[in-house]
Amino acid sequence: MNLFVEGILWALDPSHYGGRNGIETRVEQHLLISLGVLAVASLIAIPLGYAIGHTGRGRSLAIGVSGAIRALPTLGLLIIIALIVNVGLLAPFIALVVLAIPSVLAGAYAGFEAVDRRAIDAARAVGMTELQIVGRVEAPLGLPLLIGGLRTASLQVIATAVLADYVGGGGLGHFIFLGLKTNDYPQMLAGSIIVIVLAIASEAVFSIVQRLVVPAGVSAGRPQDVRVRSTRSRTAPG
Amino acid sequence: MFTARKGRLVALGAVVVGAAIALSGCASSNPISGGSSTEAKTTLVVGSQDYYSNEIVAEIYAQALENGGFTVDRQFKIGQREVYLPELKSGKIDVFPEYIGSLDQALNKQAAGGSADAVAKDLASVLPTGLRVLDKAEAADQNSWTVTAAFAAKYKLTDIASLKNVTEPILVGGNSELATRPYGPDVLKAKYGITTAGLTAIEDGGGPLTVKALLDNKIQLANIYTASPLIKTDNLVVLKDPDNLFFPDNVAPIVTKKVTTKAADILNAVSAKLSRSDLVSLNSESVTDQKAAPAIAKAWLTKNGLLK
Repeated sequence: MNLFVEGILWALDPSHYGGRNGIETRVEQHLLISLGVLAVASLIAIPLGYAIGHTGRGRSLAIGVSGAIRALPTLGLLIIIALIVNVGLLAPFIALVVLAIPSVLAGAYAGFEAVDRRAIDAARAVGMTELQIVGRVEAPLGLPLLIGGLRTASLQVIATAVLADYVGGGGLGHFIFLGLKTNDYPQMLAGSIIVIVLAIASEAVFSIVQRLVVPAGVSAGRPQDVRVRSTRSRTAPG
Repeated sequence: MFTARKGRLVALGAVVVGAAIALSGCASSNPISGGSSTEAKTTLVVGSQDYYSNEIVAEIYAQALENGGFTVDRQFKIGQREVYLPELKSGKIDVFPEYIGSLDQALNKQAAGGSADAVAKDLASVLPTGLRVLDKAEAADQNSWTVTAAFAAKYKLTDIASLKNVTEPILVGGNSELATRPYGPDVLKAKYGITTAGLTAIEDGGGPLTVKALLDNKIQLANIYTASPLIKTDNLVVLKDPDNLFFPDNVAPIVTKKVTTKAADILNAVSAKLSRSDLVSLNSESVTDQKAAPAIAKAWLTKNGLLK
């Protein structure tokens, strides 16, 4: 039988559900880890990215630092952190937040930078405070790029969260590590297939969110268009 | 930014140094000056697991063979047993340092265990055709159930069966495949009636992460290899195993027919000198002193008078 089919059958086998190592338990852990990581990374990276995008200060530093962070191998980082904070969920959580930050940060400040300067000048001219400019002009107009950043981060985190179980943090890594070590390739493949399904689902959810939350006036400004200097007619109302 | 650059430089440096060591190893093992006689020499492929201690032992065998005039092709860090066993069976690797008990259990599901001699004998009978096991060393690196000294004192733990004295939940830590091994938590329950509170996966094969978790009481029982230098440095207690739950895992080379009597004699001479404490100190040189396998192997061979 084809190995791929065996993997799918393994994932569908009812005997692999239920209990501490059941597929549904592991999927739930995996999703909770990924969502938690994304939330914490957003709390850190979005305000920082907005500050950089709004003021235009510290941009080169942010690019340099996030480029450097991207180069860190997550497994190595995980082991170093685990040697400090011990095994469990905390170490993979921190390592994954570090993985997610650059994408979210880039999305946040690139979104602000893509806003037409004339729209900001107009907002300032009608008497908006800096905070109002951020909240009512830059944030909505920058949303497509920010969500693009979150989408990338989510994909990376879901795919990399398999490392959590390297130090007993739970998640779908269990099937991959166990399958690898015991030559149980259908199990390993089943774990991978489930991770892939989750990643595709995350892409689908983000594409829907992207359509829903972006203001109607900005809908013309899809990520690839936003970088282009916009014309007056495309500029969204504040 | 700065640290990452520095990190990359260090990594690049490590690659360069590694390549230099590897290349110099090749150079010394394959002298061009050999001329036509080089052609007549047999090249023996020496393999190793992706486990630092196994690599040191493989390096010792390799250097001993080179010293005896053989050409050696090193195929190290192949992986776990499941990965290299097919290669070994097909005769692509001529010399592989193995652990008799684990290999016996992998090849013979009905293996009875017992003393090291009994296991070696059983292993010899189940090896695929074309392979044989040479003399085993005294050195052994076997699985164990290990606890901290404080935990052992608290519950008066001596052997595995005495884990029944423990009144708190016992969290087990180790590689996730422990769940399927014939000495795993399920077997502890079935054989000794010891209930564990579950297995925490720590995929570093009883390395520093596992030991830290044990010392910090995140887990109470860990699977640590007996030749680990961490047992001594962190004052851990290996629970005695009078029932041979773990098979004796003495080191012994598995060889193909390409290994002649002369080569076998060289390997046997090495195994005869490799004692239990030697293996622990060899591992310690790697873990604590961060020395490379070729240097550790050479020093040991020189000390034991095995290099001409």
